Amino acid sequence: MTPLTWAMAVAQALLYAAAAPLLIGWVRKVKARLQNRRGPALVQPYRDLYKLFAKEVRVAHTASPLYRLAPYLIFAAIWLAAASVPLVALGLPTTTIADMIVLVGLLGLARVFLALAGMDVGTAFGGMGASREMLVAALAEPALLMVIFTLAMTAHSTSLSGVIDYQLAADFVPRPSFVFALGGLILLSLAETGRIPVDNPTTHLELTMVHEAMVLEYSGRHLALLEWAAQVKLLLYGALIANLFLPWGIAEGLAPAALVLGLAAILVKLAVLGVALAVAETVLAKMRLFRVPAFLNLALLLGLLGLLSHVILEVGA
Amino acid sequence: MTLAELPPLEQWMLLVAAFVLFTSFVLLAQARLVSAIHAFAWQGALIATLTLIVAQAEQSSHLWFSALLTLALKALLIPWMLHRLVRRLQIARDSEALRWPTLAIMAAVALVIFSYWLVLPMVAQELTFTRNIVAISLAVVLIGLLMMVVRQQAVAQVLGFMSIENGLFLAAVSTTGGMPLFVELGVAFDVLVAMVLFGVFFFQIRESIDSLDVDRLNRLTETQPEGQTETRTGETP
Amino acid sequence: MTPPAPLTFAGLAIALALLSALISLASARRPALLRILGMPLLAAAGGVALLGGGAALLGDGAATAELPLGLPWLPWHLRLDALAGLFLVVIGGVTTAVGVYGIGYVRGLEHGRDPLPVLGGFTGLFLAGMLLVVLADDAFVFVIAWETMSLASYFLVAFQHEQPANRRAAFLYLLMAHLSGLAILLGFGVLAAFAGSFEFAALRAAALEGPWASLAFALALLGFGLKAGLVPLHAWLPEAHPAAPSHISALMSAVMLKVAVYGFIRFVFDLLGPPQWQWGVVVLALGSVSALMGILYALMQTDLKRLLAYSSIENLGVIFLALGLALLFLATDHTLPAALALVAALYHTLNHALFKGLLFLGAGAILHGTHERDLEQMGGLLRRMPWTGWFFLVGCLSIAAMPPFNGFVSEWLTFQVALQAWQLESGVLRSLIAIVAAVLALTAALVAACFVKAFGVAFLGQARSRHVRRARPAPLSMRVGQGLLALGCLALGVLPSGVIALLAPIPTELLGQGVAQATALGWLWLTPVSPTTASYSAPLVLLVLAVLVVLVFWSRQWGAVGRLRRCDPWDCGFAPPSARMQYGATAFAQPLRRVFALLFRVEETVETLEDGRRRYRLAIADRTWGLLYQPVARAVEAAARRVTRLQSGNVRVYLGWTLATLLVLLWLIS
Repeated sequence: MTPLTWAMAVAQALLYAAAAPLLIGWVRKVKARLQNRRGPALVQPYRDLYKLFAKEVRVAHTASPLYRLAPYLIFAAIWLAAASVPLVALGLPTTTIADMIVLVGLLGLARVFLALAGMDVGTAFGGMGASREMLVAALAEPALLMVIFTLAMTAHSTSLSGVIDYQLAADFVPRPSFVFALGGLILLSLAETGRIPVDNPTTHLELTMVHEAMVLEYSGRHLALLEWAAQVKLLLYGALIANLFLPWGIAEGLAPAALVLGLAAILVKLAVLGVALAVAETVLAKMRLFRVPAFLNLALLLGLLGLLSHVILEVGA
Repeated sequence: MTLAELPPLEQWMLLVAAFVLFTSFVLLAQARLVSAIHAFAWQGALIATLTLIVAQAEQSSHLWFSALLTLALKALLIPWMLHRLVRRLQIARDSEALRWPTLAIMAAVALVIFSYWLVLPMVAQELTFTRNIVAISLAVVLIGLLMMVVRQQAVAQVLGFMSIENGLFLAAVSTTGGMPLFVELGVAFDVLVAMVLFGVFFFQIRESIDSLDVDRLNRLTETQPEGQTETRTGETP
Repeated sequence: MTPPAPLTFAGLAIALALLSALISLASARRPALLRILGMPLLAAAGGVALLGGGAALLGDGAATAELPLGLPWLPWHLRLDALAGLFLVVIGGVTTAVGVYGIGYVRGLEHGRDPLPVLGGFTGLFLAGMLLVVLADDAFVFVIAWETMSLASYFLVAFQHEQPANRRAAFLYLLMAHLSGLAILLGFGVLAAFAGSFEFAALRAAALEGPWASLAFALALLGFGLKAGLVPLHAWLPEAHPAAPSHISALMSAVMLKVAVYGFIRFVFDLLGPPQWQWGVVVLALGSVSALMGILYALMQTDLKRLLAYSSIENLGVIFLALGLALLFLATDHTLPAALALVAALYHTLNHALFKGLLFLGAGAILHGTHERDLEQMGGLLRRMPWTGWFFLVGCLSIAAMPPFNGFVSEWLTFQVALQAWQLESGVLRSLIAIVAAVLALTAALVAACFVKAFGVAFLGQARSRHVRRARPAPLSMRVGQGLLALGCLALGVLPSGVIALLAPIPTELLGQGVAQATALGWLWLTPVSPTTASYSAPLVLLVLAVLVVLVFWSRQWGAVGRLRRCDPWDCGFAPPSARMQYGATAFAQPLRRVFALLFRVEETVETLEDGRRRYRLAIADRTWGLLYQPVARAVEAAARRVTRLQSGNVRVYLGWTLATLLVLLWLIS
């Protein structure tokens, strides 16, 4: 771990923060095109963030100090979680701070504070959002763990770098367990990042809100940080899907050529994933809340099947 | 022997077998009849693909034919017949919610582990690859049976029955390179006839008890109380 | 001969505890005595026990002593090794905080009608009993100390006996404690029959035949599992623990349950000899069921102390889950994962003592400040009781396994051990462990939901009743007591490598396998198996989080110069939101109740009152009552009714029975 690798790690973390609004802009653009609209410019999310940062903050009388602390903590936790996921290059020291389970823990920390902040002002919406968010999280987490388990049983490591290294080192093998795990992770990502069909990021309708209900009271820079954190989280899940299951192209060393290739590779992968997300959101309808458990059970089932097919089919004892 | 050490074609066979298992789970938990029929069709198609791969691996021409037969019968003809049946019975949009779908799924997972445990002794015959697929086929059979236990809808029960047949076929194809053509044709014909008979039965059942809920079949006893029969006949026109 | 130093500390701690008990007896006349002398002495006893335990963990080898007490042919044997040292630390640490906290807390009881000498006397005796259990080196002392602990705590549960619910809880507790004691006695009996002696050294050397070993294991699991509140033997726990005064609840939940864990580890890992893999599966299954059911029931509670008691069941489940993994790996000759699993279980034991103690003290502070235990009446307490609130938040984050607090480390370790399942030869066991890990993940997520609910409803939002709006902040001593434990939670979370280095002698002693590789990269990194397998750096997580928060916070200067204006919350253009519109505890848990409806016995009724208004009632009961306890109770009653036929009222008939019994017995022994 030399200063150079640390510098690269910091650069990658900054890249996460910088590129996150771009991904959401891309998804919105594609979605608008699919709906025969022109849609806002790619850089619109940046403009929104800039505008929100410049605005005055309004805080309810009933809010406690926790309410004002939460956005900073949430952003920091999600950013730190993102920094531990390899985006462009492997072997950076940030990936050893946190393995996959710590990653889940950090996202959990952010979620707990978001839910608490939602309950802080004492309106009906906040509590409703918090309650629903915890429901979704409670069902998504075991599924996420099954996915992690499937990967870790094959690669014998929970370190993200370790799993990717394993994938790159081995020849291509059509592993049923990985296919199921990928399916499970995609479903989970939709739930965890609050996309259709689990949650609708653009709605403000009481019956359907989850994430928006919790941040309803926030304004100004607080809101900007929360929005930004949500965008980083989306990018994080995108990078997880892209790099864990299709790691080819990622830079294994810190040579400039490899880095450029890695950047290009992840850009292409994320662009494709963005299109897929936009298509899915256009085709699917938002589910009602009590259908979500069935959706997440499917993710859990995929994780379980991944694990079972690993045990039954892939390891000949 | 781990997966990476197997020849490529066998790797793909295992992948397809895993998908077959997945379709079994989908069949078990799918509430909508039409979607369940589609899942069944996919299962048939996957088994046909698997047969095709085995045919390619073993260079056996009669498996080619077998694959074609499976595709035609299980992926196309029977699903189509079921589909038509469901439409004519006007239950296409019916969905029968399992009371505790998660419990059924968990039971099915337990069945998979159980069938794996059952075939473990085969390890003595050092046929790892065979053992793997036999475990899957056994699981498909057992899940089919489980489906017949937990579902009330008669059509869903037929799907369960057919998927049992799929599991048996999977075992036959992957372990012994398929049954003799003669037997296979016979079985295919049996399945087809069974399907036709089921279709006739459905209409009969429905006419007599006005539903396809198999839980109500116990009303068809000889010692039916007089009053109940009268109300039934009263309802029919 | 003078016993070696750590044991002296432990003996001194017991003496101080007994002294505290004696002095408190005098508080009938002078109530202040309990506050001025009783509680500080208790804290001192805890501190000394902490020192003794620490010395035993750091020192090498076990210290032993023999006291000329007890039976003529069996003097009391005491022994303090690393395992006992850790549990001394657990008992001592929590007791210190509870003692300091108690100074403020018992003041609130001075003007009530409750008998203070009972409280102080039995608290001291309770502590002495627990310390002696840990020190015991023969079955005789162990059982005596165990019963002392159980009986003393019975009187503490029955302390506020004016309320019928408390009397019922105390009776139930007594019944269960006796069943547990009986099972433990029989378990030791099986061992002693093979060893021919009651000393632990002899029991350790005894070689049991397969079925007898399984019988001894089953008895130990029943006895210690009952005391630890494993599902389905847990029903007494949520009744008994909340009934006691809050600082005693803290002691019971945070410490006494740990003594049961100690007993189980001592019995199964130390005395019983090589385990069988089936034991591991049983413990694993019991642990995961307890964890899941415990937290699901905790989620449904609206009484804060009951919620915490149910959550203790969950945590004990997690501990036993890790112990089950240890047994499983040990039985299949994978000693490294077994040692790690044991460390994870012990780490969680330590953690649970800290955060559950903290949370019970917090609940006590709320009770002290508002006289309220019902979550549905609370709200907005963070502004009225800021210290208690922030400490409670630390407890919630720790118990919900959030990095960088301590609960996360033990949970992470447990997951890492479960991920070593690939080493097992049997595919069935591999799948089983994976499913158990999924249950653990589900549990962890539900814990987060449960404590978001507890903290959010109690401390955030607006007050739901008048007395809560006027809550009094806790006095200094109570704040210090909570602060000590909160500090412990953070320290154990941020410096896991240090803690594991401290725990390392225990697996070496019990399994002959150390965990040196876990801290091989220095204090900054935790690498349980190897650096490439998994690594976690809690100090760096805390550091980066802190730096990021400060950086981002500071960067707000770039915007509109950090302007901030207070306003009313958004009211959708209708009437301003009132406290009654908030999501309450029941509402918060409703979606989860619906998803897991199968596991609860839910009774919902809507009745129409005379004036046309409607009243909604919701009762959520434990299914195990109907499935297990009531049938047993009915069977016992039926058997008792049969036996009453013997009772004819005629003296000569009774004498006839006596004669018959005597004859049969004489015939049997002849």
